[in-house]
Amino acid sequence: MMQKDIKRLSLILLFAPFALWIFLLIVLPHLGMFYISVREKVGPRMYEFGLGNYINFFTEPIYWNTLIRTGSMSLLVTALALLLGFPIAYYIAKIAGNRTRGALFLMCLIPLWVSDLIRAFGWILLLRETGIISSSLQWAGVINTPIEFLYNDAAVIMGLVYTVILFMIVPLVSTLDGMDNAMIEAGYNLGGNGPTVLRRIIIPYAMPGIVSGCIVVFMLTAGSYLTPILLGGKNSSWFTEQIYDQFITRYNWESGAAFGFLLLAFTSLVVWGGLKLSGQTLNSTVAKS
Amino acid sequence: MIMKLAMAGLLATTVMAVVPAQAETLRLLTWGSYAPDELVKKFEEKYPDITVEVTFSNNEEMIAKLRATGGAGFDLAQPSHDRIFAVQQEYNIYKPLDLSKINTDAMQAKLLDGVKANTTIDGEVYAVPHQWGTSGLMANKSVAPDVKAWGDLCDPQYKGKTSMRLKRTILLGMAFDMGEDPFAAYADLDKYQSILDKVADKLIDCKDNLKAYWKGGDDLSAMMMSGEIVASETWDSTAYKLYGENKDIVFVPPKTGALAWIDTFAIPRKGEADDAAYKWINFVLEPENVKIMSASTGAIAAVEGGKDLLPDDKKAAVNAAFTDADIDNLKFFANIPAGVEDMEGKTLEKIKAATGSE
Repeated sequence: MMQKDIKRLSLILLFAPFALWIFLLIVLPHLGMFYISVREKVGPRMYEFGLGNYINFFTEPIYWNTLIRTGSMSLLVTALALLLGFPIAYYIAKIAGNRTRGALFLMCLIPLWVSDLIRAFGWILLLRETGIISSSLQWAGVINTPIEFLYNDAAVIMGLVYTVILFMIVPLVSTLDGMDNAMIEAGYNLGGNGPTVLRRIIIPYAMPGIVSGCIVVFMLTAGSYLTPILLGGKNSSWFTEQIYDQFITRYNWESGAAFGFLLLAFTSLVVWGGLKLSGQTLNSTVAKS
Repeated sequence: MIMKLAMAGLLATTVMAVVPAQAETLRLLTWGSYAPDELVKKFEEKYPDITVEVTFSNNEEMIAKLRATGGAGFDLAQPSHDRIFAVQQEYNIYKPLDLSKINTDAMQAKLLDGVKANTTIDGEVYAVPHQWGTSGLMANKSVAPDVKAWGDLCDPQYKGKTSMRLKRTILLGMAFDMGEDPFAAYADLDKYQSILDKVADKLIDCKDNLKAYWKGGDDLSAMMMSGEIVASETWDSTAYKLYGENKDIVFVPPKTGALAWIDTFAIPRKGEADDAAYKWINFVLEPENVKIMSASTGAIAAVEGGKDLLPDDKKAAVNAAFTDADIDNLKFFANIPAGVEDMEGKTLEKIKAATGSE
């Protein structure tokens, strides 16, 4: 009896900080936000319950266009991060020796030691019209007049891929690491060539890592604020910017909160769709790695 | 664990409760550079029992912060004069000022009366002026000598070499440039909407001519100094700073009049150090302190002879930019009525989202 009580107590004590954290910092603010999002403003300091803020989103093409744009660009960033991250992860997990592996991993980590803002400014210094890339190309005689690489969607995508690629590499390395080399050898012994082995053995095995990396990267990208704002050009609106504008410049917390929930719903939907398409579940992917 | 947490919480609250008793803290919510270290140190030496804590922000974020807490967390805020009336009516985040505690004699009468007129609700005054400045144009004289009006930013001869901030200032400036008076239209919001629509069309056409929208003084300065742009919409203080480094870069008051703002002092409703706040207001308006402040902000203090208290290089920049006629032509931002922010916000979104021109 005593033993059981102690066990129970220790479970509660261990669980308490986590539960408090989730409840106070995640659940409670979201409830508050949800309450604000279903309030319609009818006059100064006068509110009514209603779904007007959500309806507003669907009737104004600018808003959902921005959301779709943000979503599709985030998917592109996710795909690029996967394409670039997979060979790196494979090299780290399967080809590199034990000693170089640590060094390689560290090299992937180093950019994260610098803040987002500084990294964005780094890109600005490189890409601007009078920046390093443009002037070295001029110096080398490749181009005659300075070229502006900054302030366009390509710059945004590049900056985002650079920021998030680590979150793709880490889960990939950990799944690929668990794969027995004998499986690859067996694939070759049975007559498979490189692409077949990759397609039939390595990718299916790495699927949980791929999916969990994609989920994390997609979520981070769709919710990012600084990089799209600083590197983006005249036409590149990002949905988080829209939310910020609603809250801060337009004092319209009601519709800002509604937009926040719509972003959450949209990204959840995309993730759900991705899981269904790849035949994975949250348990087999994110929870595993 | 819970016990420990509770203990820690208890400890934290006691510590917080004890601090103000030992020394008063003045929590200042203001613009970057509006509380130079030198001045804060001087103030703390004069009033050893007051500690100054500074938070840098801008108009919108100041209001958002105060709104989130119902006016708690800060003891003195410095929003612009046009941002007080509607915000106070809507969110009730400031408390009336006790003018007897403020040395209003030091303030320039015209500005003081203007701000009072803008911020009086039910007979109570909510703000007094601190510093003023303008928004207008900045041009590099050596390559763009003809930039004289807001519309010149859309002149094809400067294609790809101009910039602006996609905020309400450019909407208003462009409206004046098109012969409208947006401030007069605040009284008739349908009329204002039609002006905004016209301005939006103009600015969407103009997008092609711009290099990028600037977002803060730093990226604007970098683009201007490197020569990537030759003209831009700007705050005057940013232009004055650049004038100090390159005499070709001058502030140009648009021919329809530069738009003038006055940053004010207002006390948040749940401020806890009113006396310290009044002391700070009076302190920074003393002539020798105005000099330190203006050197840091580049804005002109709302005191008699404020322009003469600017440091020499800034004074030269102001003189290079403004004639007396330009000063008479200033357009002071009018109070923003409720609802206008939403209309302007939608217009700005429309402009940002328009993709026809890239």
